[in-house]
Amino acid sequence: MNTVTRAHLAEAIYAQVGLSRNESAALLETVLERIAAALEAGEPVKIAAFGTFSVRQKGQRIGRNPKTGVEVPILPRRVLTFRPSQVLKARINGQPLPRAGRDGGA
Amino acid sequence: MTKSELIAMLAASNPHLRQPDAELIVSTIFEEISAALARGDRVELRGFGAFSTKRREARQGRNPRTGATVAVAGKTVPYFKAGKELRERINRGAAAAPQAASPAAPEPARARRGSVPHPAA
Repeated sequence: MNTVTRAHLAEAIYAQVGLSRNESAALLETVLERIAAALEAGEPVKIAAFGTFSVRQKGQRIGRNPKTGVEVPILPRRVLTFRPSQVLKARINGQPLPRAGRDGGA
Repeated sequence: MTKSELIAMLAASNPHLRQPDAELIVSTIFEEISAALARGDRVELRGFGAFSTKRREARQGRNPRTGATVAVAGKTVPYFKAGKELRERINRGAAAAPQAASPAAPEPARARRGSVPHPAA
């Protein structure tokens, strides 16, 4: 199994768009930063045919330190969830694309 | 925010980019991630998060309406785990207004780069 990194994505942008390698890397960073900023503001990010990133609010609950058994409160927090689109799920399983018009994830 | 809004933002903040180029950049990013996951590869973007796939084995499910047993085939599902930096940013947004330094302050990075001694020097 290989790992794809920022460098690979920047290289793909370079090959597809014909900008310099430096600018391709900077634009990739801009896109990631825009997504992060929207999520930080609590706004969901929907990417058609890929999936939806959304922020969920979790309430306070009582947790337990598994080593010592001491009860500790888990403070309210916000967590990020990713819901993949039907298109992405089908693609990963090598299945034909689902009919357009009803894409759960995006 | 949707993909088209993301494209519009990218084009607006980079006036020299033509709209089709902004579109191609955003599409390429998600196409490359999707293709990597379809190959069974993992995509790791430090500070942002990692995309990977997880195998779900075949199991006996139940039709919730009729209670009838149905065979559910095994499948592979995409999975995203937020990076530490993004997780903390999102959580910080929860507690009042974000009070830590805004990401729009490039100065420390520039200063650090200048202060690193050049290996050839």
